[in-house]
Amino acid sequence: MENPKNLKYSKEHEWIKVEGDIAVVGITDFAQKQLTDIVFVELPEEGKHVTQGKAMAVVESVKSVSDVFAPVSGEVVDINSELVDAPEILNKEPYGKGWIVKVKIENKSELNNLLSTEGYEKFLRETKH
Amino acid sequence: MKKTALYQEHVKLGAKIVEFGGWLMPVFYTNVIDEHITTRTKAGLFDICHMGEIMIEGDDAFRLVQKLFTADISKLTKGGIVYCVMCNENGGAVDDLTVYCFDKNKYMLVVNAGTVDKDLEWVKKCSSGFDVAVTDKRKELAKLDLQGPNAEAILQKMTKANLNSLKRFGFIENEVNGVKAIISRTGYTAEDGFEIYFGVNKAVEIWNRLLTVGKESGIKPVGLGARDTLRLEACYSLYGHELDDSITPIEAGISFVVDNKDNFVGKEALIKQKMEGAKRLIMAFEMTDKAVPRNGYEIFKGNRKVGYVTSGTMSPTFKKGIGLGMVEKDNSKTGNEIEIKIRDKLYKAVIVKRPFYEYKGGNK
Repeated sequence: MENPKNLKYSKEHEWIKVEGDIAVVGITDFAQKQLTDIVFVELPEEGKHVTQGKAMAVVESVKSVSDVFAPVSGEVVDINSELVDAPEILNKEPYGKGWIVKVKIENKSELNNLLSTEGYEKFLRETKH
Repeated sequence: MKKTALYQEHVKLGAKIVEFGGWLMPVFYTNVIDEHITTRTKAGLFDICHMGEIMIEGDDAFRLVQKLFTADISKLTKGGIVYCVMCNENGGAVDDLTVYCFDKNKYMLVVNAGTVDKDLEWVKKCSSGFDVAVTDKRKELAKLDLQGPNAEAILQKMTKANLNSLKRFGFIENEVNGVKAIISRTGYTAEDGFEIYFGVNKAVEIWNRLLTVGKESGIKPVGLGARDTLRLEACYSLYGHELDDSITPIEAGISFVVDNKDNFVGKEALIKQKMEGAKRLIMAFEMTDKAVPRNGYEIFKGNRKVGYVTSGTMSPTFKKGIGLGMVEKDNSKTGNEIEIKIRDKLYKAVIVKRPFYEYKGGNK
């Protein structure tokens, strides 16, 4: 699966799509492949404040428990409740229906800490995943 | 870190490799759920070469195994196998194992990978004064498990032995693919199937042959991830989780492995516990809230901690969180509503009857 060009990426394998002052956040195709069969998602509550680089959600496969880190700081304004009953969407459509939360961006300069598509792919190659 | 003779085959198949009991082993090839379902519906092939085999041979072999294990070995005849526990004086489990009877002077013990050295030491210590030879066969013997409803049809293509007449917990010595082998109708999945032992130099050849011959029957290689979810649905104990040096088989909820026979190591403690009842027990529970229990999570009743999770997963068969946990006797009744603490939140669960998944192989 190709990593979309219009997104930004974190080194913790989250993607972010900026729509005005709202960031749509999910996990990358690489992340879902590493996790394999995702069977459980724990979402933050709407209204919760999340901090860039800090855990904000949890995804579990049959064998593993992994944190999802907030790629930007801000208030959670929407969560993808569909994932609660159908966590496998994260495996099937990590960049589409598999979005996890929408965050109201607090400080746009934080976006500079994130990677472009090319930057993320270079990072994946360099870390020899 | 140790590697089995099949390590390169796993790498070629694209397996994700993890450390397990000092060995680098495949945790999955595609994903755990797919391999789990394949074993339940078709056939799964497992590399179990990491497990240990110990031979006990000599005039006092029977007397020694009768002393070492909780099961009454006098009931075991040539070609028979029994699952049981080897206990210390306090009744704690040194290991759980299967015992293969070749005759009264020759037994094979199949033991856990991480405990072989400890087991050997214990067996040797207990064998002082007995006329026996105790030999470690782990480096010589390969072990493959072929499990699932199609296992017999697949293996039959590679052996002249009449597999249909081989009963559960029985074994025969024959050839597989022209290689001398021990074939037993046993397993760790609650499906029909076989555990096959043969010279380790033939491991790659037989592994690949089984995958080729079994292709049309839907065989797939299966990693330790699905091995764990399969055994957990069946509520089979995993050493280090449901059993260890301080957990007795009575506490582990497998008192059926403890026979009331003449002297054996741990008897006094175990019989006492069997009569008085254990103060804590391993129980099966399922989540009523949506969540996945994991090893080490705490179990609560009201605001009080009453136990801990020993094994947990999302069940691929039942699609809900299931687990085994050590709980206080008073809270171990079926139907008791408990809570599992997951990341500082309490999730509802209920104690249920063991097992989640009944053995499906019949008593062939």
